[in-house]
Amino acid sequence: MPVSVDVPKEKWTGKVREVTLGATSDSGGTRKSTVTVGGESTLPFLTFEGDMQHQPVIAVEVQDRYPDDWSELLLETWGDVLNDPAGWAQKAEEYGADLIALKLQSAHTEGDNTDAAHAVDITKAVLKATGLPLVVYGPGQPEKDNDVLVAVAEAAKGERIALGNCEDKNYRTIVAAALAHDQLVVAKTPIDVNLAKQLNILISDMRLELDRILMDPTTGALGYGLEYTYSVMERLRIAALSGDSMTQQPMICTVGEEAWRAKESKVNEGVPAAWGDWPKRSTNWEVITATTLIHSGADIVVVRHPDSIKLVKQTIADLMVQ
Amino acid sequence: MGLSGLQIYKLLPKTNCKECGYPTCLAFAMKLAAKQAELSACPYVSDEAKAQLEAAAAPPIRLVTIGAGENKVEVGNETVLYRHEKTFFHQPGLFVRLKDTLPLADFESAVDQVAAYNVERVGIELRPDGLAIENASGDPATFAQYIAAARAKTDQPLVLIASDPAAMAAALEKTDGSAPLLYCATTENWEAMAELASKHKAALALKADGDLSALAGLVEQVKGAGIEDIILDPGARGKHESLVALTNLRRLALKSNFRPLGFPTVVFAGEGANSQEEEAIVAAQHIAKYGGIIVLDHFDPATMYPLLTLRLNIYTDPQKPIQVSPGLYEIAEPQPDSPLLVTTNFSLTYFSVAGEIEGGGRPAWLLVADSEGMSVLTGWAAGKFDAEKIAKSVQQFDVASKISHKKIVIPGLVSTISGELEEELAGWEIMVGPREAIHIPAYLKSWE
Repeated sequence: MPVSVDVPKEKWTGKVREVTLGATSDSGGTRKSTVTVGGESTLPFLTFEGDMQHQPVIAVEVQDRYPDDWSELLLETWGDVLNDPAGWAQKAEEYGADLIALKLQSAHTEGDNTDAAHAVDITKAVLKATGLPLVVYGPGQPEKDNDVLVAVAEAAKGERIALGNCEDKNYRTIVAAALAHDQLVVAKTPIDVNLAKQLNILISDMRLELDRILMDPTTGALGYGLEYTYSVMERLRIAALSGDSMTQQPMICTVGEEAWRAKESKVNEGVPAAWGDWPKRSTNWEVITATTLIHSGADIVVVRHPDSIKLVKQTIADLMVQ
Repeated sequence: MGLSGLQIYKLLPKTNCKECGYPTCLAFAMKLAAKQAELSACPYVSDEAKAQLEAAAAPPIRLVTIGAGENKVEVGNETVLYRHEKTFFHQPGLFVRLKDTLPLADFESAVDQVAAYNVERVGIELRPDGLAIENASGDPATFAQYIAAARAKTDQPLVLIASDPAAMAAALEKTDGSAPLLYCATTENWEAMAELASKHKAALALKADGDLSALAGLVEQVKGAGIEDIILDPGARGKHESLVALTNLRRLALKSNFRPLGFPTVVFAGEGANSQEEEAIVAAQHIAKYGGIIVLDHFDPATMYPLLTLRLNIYTDPQKPIQVSPGLYEIAEPQPDSPLLVTTNFSLTYFSVAGEIEGGGRPAWLLVADSEGMSVLTGWAAGKFDAEKIAKSVQQFDVASKISHKKIVIPGLVSTISGELEEELAGWEIMVGPREAIHIPAYLKSWE
């Protein structure tokens, strides 16, 4: 005999902003299509009490140099295309990427130390090779980031590229470039709700519209800090849904970079037998990091392995079923 | 979660007799609500009121134990929806399902594999919890034979999967007080299953397809038969469906204090999954989202290791990051002229660094500073791992008396503190090590 069950529903008062990457020809860009993320008025996939206007998407990392510091497994699986960023981006699109995350790693002063002109050439080549919207990262050094991203922002005017990363120690130049050339920014903070809010405030104080900001809460891979990222993301998303305006940005997680840094993904000699098959465990390492963070609100996950693209996309599709 | 003072007051005699030591029943009720008094102080509270008060004080999600002894699994008694609110307390049990239609030798070998599997992470040994054995043959004698075979191989807890009470009964004869989980009772067979559960002191899983109210109804019937250790299967097998069902169950228990569904859950990660990888993704979802017992259909170290790691991560108390004690550690028997490295006392950091030194083949001293459990970067950002702290640690652990040289290697990620550290440690040479632990062996090879 059934017992009456009254499932308690959340009544959220806020929602996540929608952010659109890329622009097609009728909006001044050359992308085949745009990608919009965010807009959630409910916790991840709980569509019985709110809306998920857009599903999470997959960005695939492409570097502007042969990534000789990457795990052998990635080098083997991608092959020669890693020598050509344009070809690499095309391949990624074929594998099902929704976005390309172009990392201008060759600009690093301890690497090839390439200049802004080089960054522009590469970015233009990638824009030509793929119709997908772009996230473009500098090498992660404040001065070089400013150099290359300012140049790329100008050269790619109209394409609605997300420039990464703006951090509290270095954001003004990049934000100014985004303002001047109608681009977006990625605001990265070290796993802290208040610092994330603060950076959003600082950036929007410079008059960049809030629908041009993605939040990166800093990703810890499975076994290497995942739960810190997971919980800060849950807190940010709950704050957003509770109406806290400065947390209402979609979130992007650099899953591939972190998961493939792990010893589990890079090394197979001298590791315990209990770790299992190297390619399988490495893909699992990236995929489980990605799906777990999608459950805590990730709108964009940046991955590296082709198998991960498929598995994570399928997972998202299964979760978006009503 | 508990009753308010006023709600408790309504259940008391309301005579103000003062025998409990308080001037009025209301005052006593307030103290009870604040857990500053014991109900036993009142000699006149009715049995009915006592039962109601005890039920209200019980955890919203029952703690259910499966198995016995050192291998037992305890699930339930969760108090929050999100781990950051406090913590998740009882990590989900991970079980591997085997059918009694496997050739017996293969079955026994699989049992051995699962029972023997363990992997170390940050100094902690992780392992799956036990086996779920299914009566796929439909034959009670076979089922019993396989249960006995499993019991002969391992003391780990078992989940017995059978829809036929006769098969369940036969199998239970082979489990001699080891408190397995019986899967499962349905509206068709609950009376017989409940009787078996009661007789053998086993926990009982309940399944009702359709909505939660059918499940709640079944719970009430089974509770009426005296069964309290219940596990719930809401029958959801798709990722979305299951996420919603388990979220609702957790909310009903914690937000509505809805007793009929205040029990841990069981999920079958392999059902509906098209591959081993997909099964792992489903299992991972349920580790984060409210799974109590998670049953896998495949056993493979390449998926088990990441799942065990995820479980450890999600169920770590956010207030208590795993730490090691600060001090000067000897790795692989160093000599006074061996290299000295410094790092933080966050477990993950310590074990990564110590592990690399160990594997690198060159003994070294590892000075572990008290960063209050923070990693290198986090500790540095929070001011818990800086030049001052490192200098203090060098002093505190009497490093100079063990080491013949005055060189200290700092993590590459905090190279910026070199200058300050030079000042704090007068006479010492500050060497900047690699940024990633995996580059430590190469670094140490060339250290001099």
